[in-house]
Amino acid sequence: MAFRWPQFFHKLGSPRWFYRIGGLWLPWLAGIAACFLVIGAIWGLAFAPEDFKQGNSYRIIFVHVPSAFIALAGYYVMATAGAISLIWKMKLADIALKCAAPIGAAMTVLALISGATWGKPTWGTWWVWDARNTSMLVLLFLYLGIYALYNAFEREEQAARICAVLALVGTVNIPIIYKSVDWWFTLHQPATIKLTEPTTMHASMWQPLLLMIVGFYVLYTTLLIERIRVEILVRERRTRWVQDIVLASGA
Amino acid sequence: MLAEEQIPGALQACRGTFKRDLLLAMRRSGDIVNPLVFALIVVTLFPLGIGPEKSTLTAIAPGLVWVVALLACLLSVDRVFRDDYLDGTLQQMLLSPQPSYFLVLAKVTVHWLVSGLAVTLVAPLLALMLSLAGGGYLPLLVSLLLGTVSLSMIGAIGAALTVGLKRGGVLVALIVLPLYVPVLIFGAGAVEAGCQGLPYSGHLAILAALTLMALVLAPLAIGGALRINMDD
Repeated sequence: MAFRWPQFFHKLGSPRWFYRIGGLWLPWLAGIAACFLVIGAIWGLAFAPEDFKQGNSYRIIFVHVPSAFIALAGYYVMATAGAISLIWKMKLADIALKCAAPIGAAMTVLALISGATWGKPTWGTWWVWDARNTSMLVLLFLYLGIYALYNAFEREEQAARICAVLALVGTVNIPIIYKSVDWWFTLHQPATIKLTEPTTMHASMWQPLLLMIVGFYVLYTTLLIERIRVEILVRERRTRWVQDIVLASGA
Repeated sequence: MLAEEQIPGALQACRGTFKRDLLLAMRRSGDIVNPLVFALIVVTLFPLGIGPEKSTLTAIAPGLVWVVALLACLLSVDRVFRDDYLDGTLQQMLLSPQPSYFLVLAKVTVHWLVSGLAVTLVAPLLALMLSLAGGGYLPLLVSLLLGTVSLSMIGAIGAALTVGLKRGGVLVALIVLPLYVPVLIFGAGAVEAGCQGLPYSGHLAILAALTLMALVLAPLAIGGALRINMDD
């Protein structure tokens, strides 16, 4: 049987089908994420060599860098969902936008906290106004703005479209904010702080890091799909098929 | 019903909106003066909190004047579309045959005249109170003149997004302040460079670029946001 993309794609846009297909994917995705994260974490924490300057403290990179990746990518996932919601008015895109915001914000917080924890042994202080810290903090504020704006509206549909506009404005702004903060930091850079991050990593260090990054991406996808499925159930609670699922689960 | 040729063109409608909004703004002069008084009071608070030492104040003056000016602009931005939304004028504007781009541009320009421009004119006084170094005054004026335009534009996006909400105030600040970061960095950077006797034309050029981009793109976002808030 020929696999017809267009039809498959359209089905994915309907909440009911997404609930089913997502449900089929979920165990696989969760399994893959767990494999990558467990192997990457054990490899990174126990087997990767010690850094000759920072000792063991550098190992927080295996959490810090992947979460920072996801924090930024998550914003673009959210903005893409927003654009789809504005252009094609797809219900599922609305839901994806709503669900992507808290996960992205959580990843940003994780990146900030792990960065602070790394900063303590390396720089001797929890918080430094360095370019990356600062732009991560601004990114968190952007996420919080979207989250607060969404919750201020009563009608979900309107909230999603309003937040989509804000997400797109943010998308235009993020590169500018990053560049300007970067530039600001090179001007004000205090002399006492040295960035000890190695510019060239040995293969034995970046291989587990790569595993962790892939693991985080799959984990993000898993969490997003799961959240979307829950949200679908809540929104479609009055439809027959949701009521059938609830009855079947014996609730 | 007007005949086809009687319908005012886009520019004519833009001019009409501009005149109307300016007249309304002038009749509510309290709205112009209050943010300026706010800026004056905030600037007074800093020496009281930090200490009156001149060297300390001179060191922080460039950034401080810019932050205070930015907050003063933010204070009134919530009102740009609020009144017109509540009495239905905004709906008529969006329904009119003229592109909303120009109408929005006119409204935001008026807001800039009564907030950004006013703050720019008061800024030298604020700088004097914080004993800004002599070389900083000219870049302060020019950077505020350029920068406050984009502050008004970005702020109006926040105002348009929240216009349908009963309580917009703090939310607008929350949405808009992170987007103000680049403008603040380059504005304060220009003043700082001027104080140290360094060339500052690069900062101003980037600031002008940001402002031009805001002028081109922001009205689109504002128009979209207003339309979404309209369909109830």
